[in-house]
Amino acid sequence: MVAAKVIRQDILKMIHDAGSGHPGGSLSLVEILLHLYWKEMKIEPKNPAWQERDRLILSKGHGAPALYSILARRGYFSVDRLNSLRKLGSGLEGHPHMQSLPGLDCSTGSLGHGLGIAAGLALGLSLKKSKSRVFCILGDGELQEGSIWESAMSIPALKQTNITVVIDRNHVQLDDFVKNVMPVEPLAEKWLSFGWFVVTCDGHNMDELKKAFSTKTDKPLVIIAETVKGKGISFMENNALWHGKAPDEEQLKNALKELK
Amino acid sequence: MRPTREGYIEGLLEAAEMDKRVIVVDGDVSRSTGTIAFKRRFPDRFFNLGIAEQNMAEYSAGLALAGYIPFYSTYAVFAAGRAWDQIRTSICNMNLNVRIGGAHGGSSVGPDGATHQALEDIAITRVLPNMTVLVPADSNQTRQAVLASLDINGPVYIRYGRNPVPEVYNRDIPVVPGKGNLLLEGNHATIVAVGVMVAYALEAAEMLAAKGIYVSVIDMVSIKPLDTDLLLDAAEKSKFFVTAEDHQINGGLFGAVSEFLSQHAPCRIIPVAVNNRFGCSGTPEEVMKKLELTADIIKKKVEISLEID
Repeated sequence: MVAAKVIRQDILKMIHDAGSGHPGGSLSLVEILLHLYWKEMKIEPKNPAWQERDRLILSKGHGAPALYSILARRGYFSVDRLNSLRKLGSGLEGHPHMQSLPGLDCSTGSLGHGLGIAAGLALGLSLKKSKSRVFCILGDGELQEGSIWESAMSIPALKQTNITVVIDRNHVQLDDFVKNVMPVEPLAEKWLSFGWFVVTCDGHNMDELKKAFSTKTDKPLVIIAETVKGKGISFMENNALWHGKAPDEEQLKNALKELK
Repeated sequence: MRPTREGYIEGLLEAAEMDKRVIVVDGDVSRSTGTIAFKRRFPDRFFNLGIAEQNMAEYSAGLALAGYIPFYSTYAVFAAGRAWDQIRTSICNMNLNVRIGGAHGGSSVGPDGATHQALEDIAITRVLPNMTVLVPADSNQTRQAVLASLDINGPVYIRYGRNPVPEVYNRDIPVVPGKGNLLLEGNHATIVAVGVMVAYALEAAEMLAAKGIYVSVIDMVSIKPLDTDLLLDAAEKSKFFVTAEDHQINGGLFGAVSEFLSQHAPCRIIPVAVNNRFGCSGTPEEVMKKLELTADIIKKKVEISLEID
């Protein structure tokens, strides 16, 4: 498995090169994606359209830089392409566009869509008697979208268990801390009351993630992964100003130094 | 006289017999729109997600990603409007094989009033890249539109209505995306109509013929892609067009026809459409009269256009 710091270096360089992007919510995602793409998902990077693969829908599409780095490091496309983030014709769109890059199972970017799409995909796969699973990563700010709760209601009602949801609980959204903008607590209780099996873990601890994903339950599983927005870079951590801002030359240098 | 929703359900049942990929996603209106018949016949391929249009659109996107052809339907105001961002950013942007059934389109839902009368759905679906928009005129054509949608690559919006409308077509006339139908030929003017207004256009043409005015009548069932060849042919024969739709004046059929002809065969085009206002309660006939969507109005507009000449 690639080291988390390599992914974080990729993310920072990509966003710096692009001159825009979302470092905070990409850095918080790193271990979740590492676990999924190296330990959890049944995939064949050389055959991205393989029918039997597990699927991932990154509903918080602004975390694209993290996903692109992971896909490149996993072998879906060349690592050299990472420096073309957000550039015309590169395929590394600002928010994931399925048809533009190998390894993407869904286009995302408008918050609140991914869970329902994951649910429809999971339903389709189960109708086909496929063993493939669907993983869906939500942001915690994204939980303010009403459509999330439409899907949160229907998935247990339809007894869909081939879907696992991960909430990247980094506590910060564009404007401010989630609790200051529009609190989503009590979070575990909300999902529990909708009929989900809820597990909370440290979203930066690989052992805890592994344990959380291996939870056995006959209900749909939601993992609340407690993370830090901007994780790994002291001046970005827990700071809403780094939700959607590119580091300049000096900031990039300092950030990369911290990842040494 | 038959409601177009009956044609929709007939088409859906046949489509499901022919194609195992057909699935229906409903939003708690199966008794009202008639999809309950599908539930009875194909219980394993019917999913009622409750009153949650965004979720319906998202599930449909996911089912399409899994290789199915989901038809999701509810009242057109909600099918197209309530889930518009899902339709745009997920379904159309990924060019997914989702079919959206806009039931109770236009003023056909009369007594329910403004909230339930979809008068903007054509505009907001037509504007989306990759989307095909079909607005059939009667129940036979609606059945054909559903069947035709099976062969379309990408999303399709089909608008149909609640109240009985006159029969225009035989059962076996197919719907072809990008093709309209020339129902009458005349050289004085051309009426381009969709939906229930096609029957009114034919009625208007008959009244005009009695006065020695002969018009062409085009049913533009495929608003997107538009049958531009048919419009160009008509523009060669007559200088005046009247469009007729049970929809707002902006962005619908009048918009589509004007956008094309203004570039390729500039001419005068006069709309019969809802003049930038909301509907109200009343029987469908009363509401259509109030909104000035009648054969009489079409006839008058043709006469006005000819007087200007």
